[in-house]
Amino acid sequence: MSNGQTLALGAFIFALAVFVGFLVISKVPTLLHTPLMSATNFIHGIVLVGALTVAATAHDALGYAISVAAVLLGTLNVVGGWAVTDRMLHLFRRRGPEERSPERPPASTPPPADH
Amino acid sequence: MQAAPLTILGYTVTAVCFMYGVQLLRSPATARLGNRVAAVGMLLVVGITFGLIGGTSNWVYIIPPMVIGAVIGAFAAQTVRMTAMPQMVALFNGMGGGSAALIAAQDFRSSVAAGTAQPDITWAIMLSCFIGSISFSGSLIAFAKLQELLSGRPKTYPLQTPVNATILLAIVAIAIYLIAVSQSLPLFAILIALSLLLGVLFVLPIGGADMPVIISLLNSFTGLAAAMTGFVLSNDVLIVSGALVGASGTILTLAMSRAMNRSLFNVLFGAFGAKVEAPGAGAAGADGGSIHPTTVEDVAPLLAFAQLVIFVPGYGMAVARAQHDVKELADELERRGVQVEYAIHPVAGRMPGHMNVLLAEANVPYPQLKEMDAVNPDFPRADVAVVIGANDVVNPAARTEPGSPIYGMPILNADQAKTVVVLKRSMAPGFAGVDNPLFYKPNTLMLFGDARQSIANLTAEVKHQ
Repeated sequence: MSNGQTLALGAFIFALAVFVGFLVISKVPTLLHTPLMSATNFIHGIVLVGALTVAATAHDALGYAISVAAVLLGTLNVVGGWAVTDRMLHLFRRRGPEERSPERPPASTPPPADH
Repeated sequence: MQAAPLTILGYTVTAVCFMYGVQLLRSPATARLGNRVAAVGMLLVVGITFGLIGGTSNWVYIIPPMVIGAVIGAFAAQTVRMTAMPQMVALFNGMGGGSAALIAAQDFRSSVAAGTAQPDITWAIMLSCFIGSISFSGSLIAFAKLQELLSGRPKTYPLQTPVNATILLAIVAIAIYLIAVSQSLPLFAILIALSLLLGVLFVLPIGGADMPVIISLLNSFTGLAAAMTGFVLSNDVLIVSGALVGASGTILTLAMSRAMNRSLFNVLFGAFGAKVEAPGAGAAGADGGSIHPTTVEDVAPLLAFAQLVIFVPGYGMAVARAQHDVKELADELERRGVQVEYAIHPVAGRMPGHMNVLLAEANVPYPQLKEMDAVNPDFPRADVAVVIGANDVVNPAARTEPGSPIYGMPILNADQAKTVVVLKRSMAPGFAGVDNPLFYKPNTLMLFGDARQSIANLTAEVKHQ
């Protein structure tokens, strides 16, 4: 394929994905908007794939430095984004009333300072 | 670079995992599974990429940053408090944006050095750098504001819009030059620096109450930047995933602005409330009203013998980390036969759905969390509305004062309850900087102090009733 064809195909895929994005997302209830945002935050961590791709072909000092930074930031986005989402969604599971949340701070914790 | 058929199949599976995962986020019962389905897609695509770059000798620049990033990311995500979630999401979002900008920068550098630069993808490099850099620096500013390293209030400076517009024009001019005339690396560095600066200047003036909108917008920016790197690297899976996030972020952003009855343009360039602080404070004084401070001992019987109590949580509840104490008070009231509801404003807090997450953390059953349209008819028959650190979302000026900067914003009609109890640290105005006539109403009682302490004291006092 020529460059032009690759580009046009990319534009085609982009347009379809935008459309699917609109369709899928517009039905998510407000209740789940934070996890939704956080989950899509995880999904754009896919830039890690791009970071790995350029890192594999870097061949000068600045290139190495940029690659290390790109891979580091991309991994932070992927791992952190996913773990935060999973932790949040863990809270939405159905629970019996007797089960205490493990994250409850002890009652003796002093209240935060006035801002 | 043309991908092999098997690689394209793998990319397809990843894209389907992402889309189906988001689809599963529609219901609380399947949402966690949805996130895991998306994780399967991510593992697959990273695995495929490892296979594709298998011949590289650069592993020393790949594996260590991945391990470090994974450890820090996992540690930060596990230890951050639920109340600090908005800034955490902002931070991870900025990381993705920064990564996208760096990828495009490295691709530009190496193609210029090799003399293989192709003008028909240079535009994608420019967009990826531009959007990614804005998302990076903007998210860091958003993080600093939410973490209170910077003031959360709207900040304005002279000639704000002209300055931003000039920077934007300069960026466009440089990008056009780089695409059409000559691929100069120093100019390219200036383009990145200007984009970073624009990200800072663009988020800095935006005030606390508008944070949900801006975080959502920055999220969609990073998605777009990821899609642009897909064009740069001819990688379809990046295009699909980035476009999916860009579209979803845009929808969410528009939904947030709609909930405030303001256009996105107004949120971004209005510097909400920054200029109205002084007249707002004066206007309330002119009404001749006064506030009615109260005590825990006075409020407890009102709650204990009520039929319907509606809690109205706001950002103050998040700051005081009072959600568990609120749930305890609600439990005590329900034990006494009081009906309890929670009124959730779409933009309460600093993140879309912020209050839902916090109350879910405290085990509040989600059917009790009522959205604005569902709960507003209940206020007139509520005996007590307990406003916990919410301000602008219950400000009746939005209904009654055409001159108010928040006029027209749909609000929770807490003022229609028989008694309104407002838990507040001080009389400081809300993040919008607008004074709140609700506080001066005859049926409003002000309970000053740390919200968490006040609620805990109320629970103890209700038990004695």
